[in-house]
Amino acid sequence: MERSSEVNMMGTELGNYKICVSARSTDKEILKKAQDGGIVTQLFKYALEEGIIDGAIVSGPGDEPWRPRPFIATSVDELMKSRGTRYNISPNVSFIKEATRSYGLDRIGIVGTPCQMQAVRKAQLYPAGLRDVPDKIALAVGIFCMENFPYQSIKQLVEDHAAMKLESVKKMEIGKGKFWVYGERGQVVQLPLKVTHKYEQPGCHVCLDYVANLADVSTGSVGSPDGWSTVFVRTKKGDDIWTKAIAAGCFETKSIEQVKPGLELVSKLANEKITKNQKTVEERAKFGVNKALRNPYISPK
Amino acid sequence: MGWLSRIFGTKDNSKKPEERPVPVKADVEKKAEVLQKEDKPVADKIKVGHVHMSGCTGCLVSLADNYGGLLTILDRYADLVYGLTLADVRHIPKMDVALVEGSVCIQDKISVDEIKETREKAAVVVAVGGCACYGNITRFSRGGQPNQPQHESFLPVGDLIKVDVYIPGCAPTPQLIRNVCVMAYLLLKGNKDQQELAKKYLTPLMQLAERGTEACGCDLMYDVINQGLCMGCGSCAAACPVRAITHEYGKPNVNREMCIKCGACYAQCPRSFFNFDVITGFEGILETIDGALK
Repeated sequence: MERSSEVNMMGTELGNYKICVSARSTDKEILKKAQDGGIVTQLFKYALEEGIIDGAIVSGPGDEPWRPRPFIATSVDELMKSRGTRYNISPNVSFIKEATRSYGLDRIGIVGTPCQMQAVRKAQLYPAGLRDVPDKIALAVGIFCMENFPYQSIKQLVEDHAAMKLESVKKMEIGKGKFWVYGERGQVVQLPLKVTHKYEQPGCHVCLDYVANLADVSTGSVGSPDGWSTVFVRTKKGDDIWTKAIAAGCFETKSIEQVKPGLELVSKLANEKITKNQKTVEERAKFGVNKALRNPYISPK
Repeated sequence: MGWLSRIFGTKDNSKKPEERPVPVKADVEKKAEVLQKEDKPVADKIKVGHVHMSGCTGCLVSLADNYGGLLTILDRYADLVYGLTLADVRHIPKMDVALVEGSVCIQDKISVDEIKETREKAAVVVAVGGCACYGNITRFSRGGQPNQPQHESFLPVGDLIKVDVYIPGCAPTPQLIRNVCVMAYLLLKGNKDQQELAKKYLTPLMQLAERGTEACGCDLMYDVINQGLCMGCGSCAAACPVRAITHEYGKPNVNREMCIKCGACYAQCPRSFFNFDVITGFEGILETIDGALK
């Protein structure tokens, strides 16, 4: 804990963590199709090979182009198929019980957005319908998330605004204040985030977590140079696996203090998200005429 | 404790609980506040009863499915003072916590009397499982079954008495029952910090009890999606015991014909309740619960 106490003073927007570094996978194959530093794929690959997890719930390719679906990867091959980010909803938590049933996993890895990490921790503390699941979560990896989109929104953004076919898109990315769409033939279209905002999933606007504070390990591109990812190691479990993975040579790392733009940008964006959404939560309390919308942070009523 | 000693043939089954040592319980922050084993006599156990209304005994089986954990609970924290086949007691005794399973058949006078008596005798009434909380599958009863065809109306416990805590789900999970048992103990017998934690932990389950006696997959529409809160995590589908929920483009789609009205989906949804003050401390709390049951 001592080693991180200094950075932790920055505030609560980054959650509790033991280690924060900039990192990327040392595996060229993973990096080929990784969104940034290939952290999630590499970490699961290591955990799978070492028997730390029996399988991982990831977002695999779905029925339509760029539509993800939750997918249980029990081999490295299967993991490789799910590299990269698809900017729309993959209800990964929906497989959390099934993974322990039909798939017979005793040690589950799961990757998800901050809200999905919240769902996993709620599932562990208040398992209403998840018999014998709580103690089978072996590694929960969270990804930084400003907001998510329904599939139809992505379709509309790519096909209507960027005028590209979804089938011919090679990569999508949100960064440097823009939504980027890269085509197979090398064409690049950038949309200002002003255009994308209205297509966001409404449920994201009450979310008060940017960097997956409740994950074992959380990661995202923000704060690190291109091709690298910022990594927070948060829990004992996460620390244990991360330390072993580093010792096994899975990752190159750089001190977060020495990279640009660094932790300051992560903090800035986290605060922006939390402040904006906190305001939404407050506005919901007086949404109608003496009628409030529900606030899940206060009560299920 | 009599029955437990009998199962294990340990000692005699006379009442000498004072000799038992007391559990070590770490507190949330793991501030190494280890209680002296000798500090507390086991006489400090809470009295728990299992009251069986119209249910399938699945909830009781779930409680038992804590295996060693249940034995530890009974050893250190709770005396089972009432329970079908488990405690040789005919009438509902005074107790700290009543775990009520099943809904109440209002045509059955004994059930109605017993549930009222439970309220009088128990400090805390916990509705365990979908039937006690929401009616669950008994909501669909129209009577006509042998050998009491006139028994046709089944009400959730909360329609007849005030219920303090809900444990929804069909069956409710052994782990949630266990967590509530440990927290109930901490609330009644713990130190100040532990009481504080237990209060915070139990609050949303108490709020669910206040919320009402009706549950359905529809709650996901009314109280989550319609309220602009759903973010498509998938918890509801995972929690559903009858696979009535699928996800279409990231949002739950409930097959309402299949829904048995157990309340698990809504209770599991991180957008039904999400108490940061408790869940953020998940690592410490899970360790505390594990520690309490070792």
